[in-house]
Amino acid sequence: MEIILAIVVGVLYTAGVYLMLRRSILKFIIGLILLSNATNLLVFLSAGLVPGSPAFVKPDGVGNGVMADPLPQALVLTAIVIGLGIVVFTLALKYKFFELTGTDDLDQLKKTDD
Amino acid sequence: MNSVILQIAAKYLKWLLIVFAVLALLRGHNNPGGGFIGGLMAGLAIVYRGFAYNAFQVKEELQDRPGYYIGGGLFAIFLSFLPSLFAGKTIMTGLWVKIPTPVGEGIKLGTPFLFDIGVFFAVIGVTLLFVFSLTQKQH
Amino acid sequence: MIAFVALPILIPFVLIITLLIIRSDKLARWVGPLGAGLLILLSVYLLVLVREHGVIALQMGGWEAPFGITLVVDYLSALMLVVSAIIIFSIAVYALRFLPETIKLNRFFIFFFGLTMGLNGAFVTGDVFNLFVWFEVMLMSSFVLITLGRTKNQLEGGIKYMALNLVGSMFFLAGVGLLYGKTGTLNMAHLAEILKNDDQAILMNTSAVLFFVAFGIKAAVFPLYFWLPASYHTPNITISSLFAGLLTKVGVYTFIRFFTLFFVHDPQFWHQLLLVIAGLTMVAGGMAAAAHYETRRILSYHIISQIGYMIMGLGIFTPLAIAGAVFFTIHNMVAKTNTFLVSGMINKARGTYELKDVGGLFNQSPLMAVLFVIPAFALAGAPPISGFFAKFILIKAGIENGNYGITAVAVLTGMLTLYSMIKIWNEAFLKKQPENEYAKTPFKKLQFAEYFPSVLLGAVSILMGIFAFYVFDFTMEAGAQLTNPELYIETVLKRVNP
Repeated sequence: MEIILAIVVGVLYTAGVYLMLRRSILKFIIGLILLSNATNLLVFLSAGLVPGSPAFVKPDGVGNGVMADPLPQALVLTAIVIGLGIVVFTLALKYKFFELTGTDDLDQLKKTDD
Repeated sequence: MNSVILQIAAKYLKWLLIVFAVLALLRGHNNPGGGFIGGLMAGLAIVYRGFAYNAFQVKEELQDRPGYYIGGGLFAIFLSFLPSLFAGKTIMTGLWVKIPTPVGEGIKLGTPFLFDIGVFFAVIGVTLLFVFSLTQKQH
Repeated sequence: MIAFVALPILIPFVLIITLLIIRSDKLARWVGPLGAGLLILLSVYLLVLVREHGVIALQMGGWEAPFGITLVVDYLSALMLVVSAIIIFSIAVYALRFLPETIKLNRFFIFFFGLTMGLNGAFVTGDVFNLFVWFEVMLMSSFVLITLGRTKNQLEGGIKYMALNLVGSMFFLAGVGLLYGKTGTLNMAHLAEILKNDDQAILMNTSAVLFFVAFGIKAAVFPLYFWLPASYHTPNITISSLFAGLLTKVGVYTFIRFFTLFFVHDPQFWHQLLLVIAGLTMVAGGMAAAAHYETRRILSYHIISQIGYMIMGLGIFTPLAIAGAVFFTIHNMVAKTNTFLVSGMINKARGTYELKDVGGLFNQSPLMAVLFVIPAFALAGAPPISGFFAKFILIKAGIENGNYGITAVAVLTGMLTLYSMIKIWNEAFLKKQPENEYAKTPFKKLQFAEYFPSVLLGAVSILMGIFAFYVFDFTMEAGAQLTNPELYIETVLKRVNP
């Protein structure tokens, strides 16, 4: 299971970076979503998988001794929520930018550089 | 969009969703659910009308709401910090009281619950804000 | 008394609630500066507490470390809190006069205090993931602030700012994941204890590199700084000065915190890397600043150049060098913000930021000239203003430790700094006003309220120079605490009673 997930993380990172390097702002944002999902999976994976046992203690307080670590789950949950907010903000920003300039091309964004 | 079925359904679904949202909030502390999920459902319930009718019109009507929801929610969260301070414990310590009822085991109320209510309202506000910021005028 | 540690976060939180519920610009006009003033008082009190106890720690929610989130204030945090509170106050006053009509004060202050909350949270937290959350709070507020007003340039700068900073956040989160996977804890003090006695700590280099890139992007060090000059000159000057004074310095703070507390397992590699990066950052920023003729761009590149000095102190890694880095950071926050404030005044008086279009300001307004000279001399390192002592300590530490290369670079970059400051001085203040459209519009006299924030920061710079001995004393304590974190660890893990 770990191996499969590790490969998934790798594929997501690859796809995310590839999309981020395209010229379209929208593709950049999709790449960002993939990257954030890959990172969430990475956090979840690197803390170790405990299949089949939730991160709860039974009401009587006795478990069978195996329990998933609740902390990475909490971390990932928080990261997902933050990611949600960021994606919505970037989309809104992209939309406002498109409204003002009518372009989705990252190569047009040269005015503030020099 | 202009679907009659959806427009009629929107009226009733709104309240159904809100009931479910409150249920999710109430069972939150020890069971799956909680303020965040409840808030998302309630937020969607409020903007549901927009999907059926005109999203932009709903946005115009409710423009001011998200701020108040978020403000109210954060205020409830702030209130939930206070009891632990007055009880002389570290801030954010969870405190519970049991209100006895004639039937059943009684109702447990505590600062984490107040915190959850705060999250509930703040998330409603944030959901509205998200939907509104991506809503555009229909051409 | 210990509960005061939570207040740097709670005060902005309460102010945000107030501003969200009561939406009036009249109220915001008072709430902004008063709230910021309250933060100054609080952070000074925290510094006094730290002076008394060394390190103070608050276990949130009664969950003992390492299981809960701990808020910790030591010398470094307390100094950063005090200085950032002073800057926040001066910007809050500045905003009343310099924000355009199109930006609602109420809306501005909501996100202003959002940023403050994230900033203070990052300074006081003792937990790696919590630090990530505060970073995101800060980042979200700064996204909104940088696009407030929504001009084309702002949105473009906003996209660049957002893009690189979000990639930085991903690096940060991935680093957190690997750190937790190896050690099973995210409490900084606990991490320090585990990694100190772990002969496999070298494996943490994977995680450390991820953190290095993440903080490198936030702090705008050499190969990762491109978002900064592309975006800092786009928003209103109030917001530019706020970012210039505070945001990159949080990156530096986390650098110092992480690489003194628990990523200390491979000093050969990391300190060399830090020194190389520091040198390149100084030179690259200084050269780019020399090439520009728009005040905000010069100053933006100049921020980068100065970050190099702070990283240099960390790379030398003796108590004196760390003290120098801390001294330099707090001096730079004040002086850098002040130069931005003055460039805003030039713009208000003349209507442009282009140095080629302005001139003769010395005759028009000697007070403005004096206000520019103070931070400019502070940045260039002329005695008796704060910058001289900051650079002196760093260079002394460099020579004592035998890091001659970086010391030479630091001295030479000082010349570049002096050059770009003299350029602004010559062009804006000494040269005659060129005959152009800006010459026709009469010089706009500024009122005292518009000068006040800059006067305040200038006074802080000078006092920091005159009473450098006391400031040095504080930063030396900070350096001692950072190079020998026993007290920090023991206090957080509750083995000593504060």
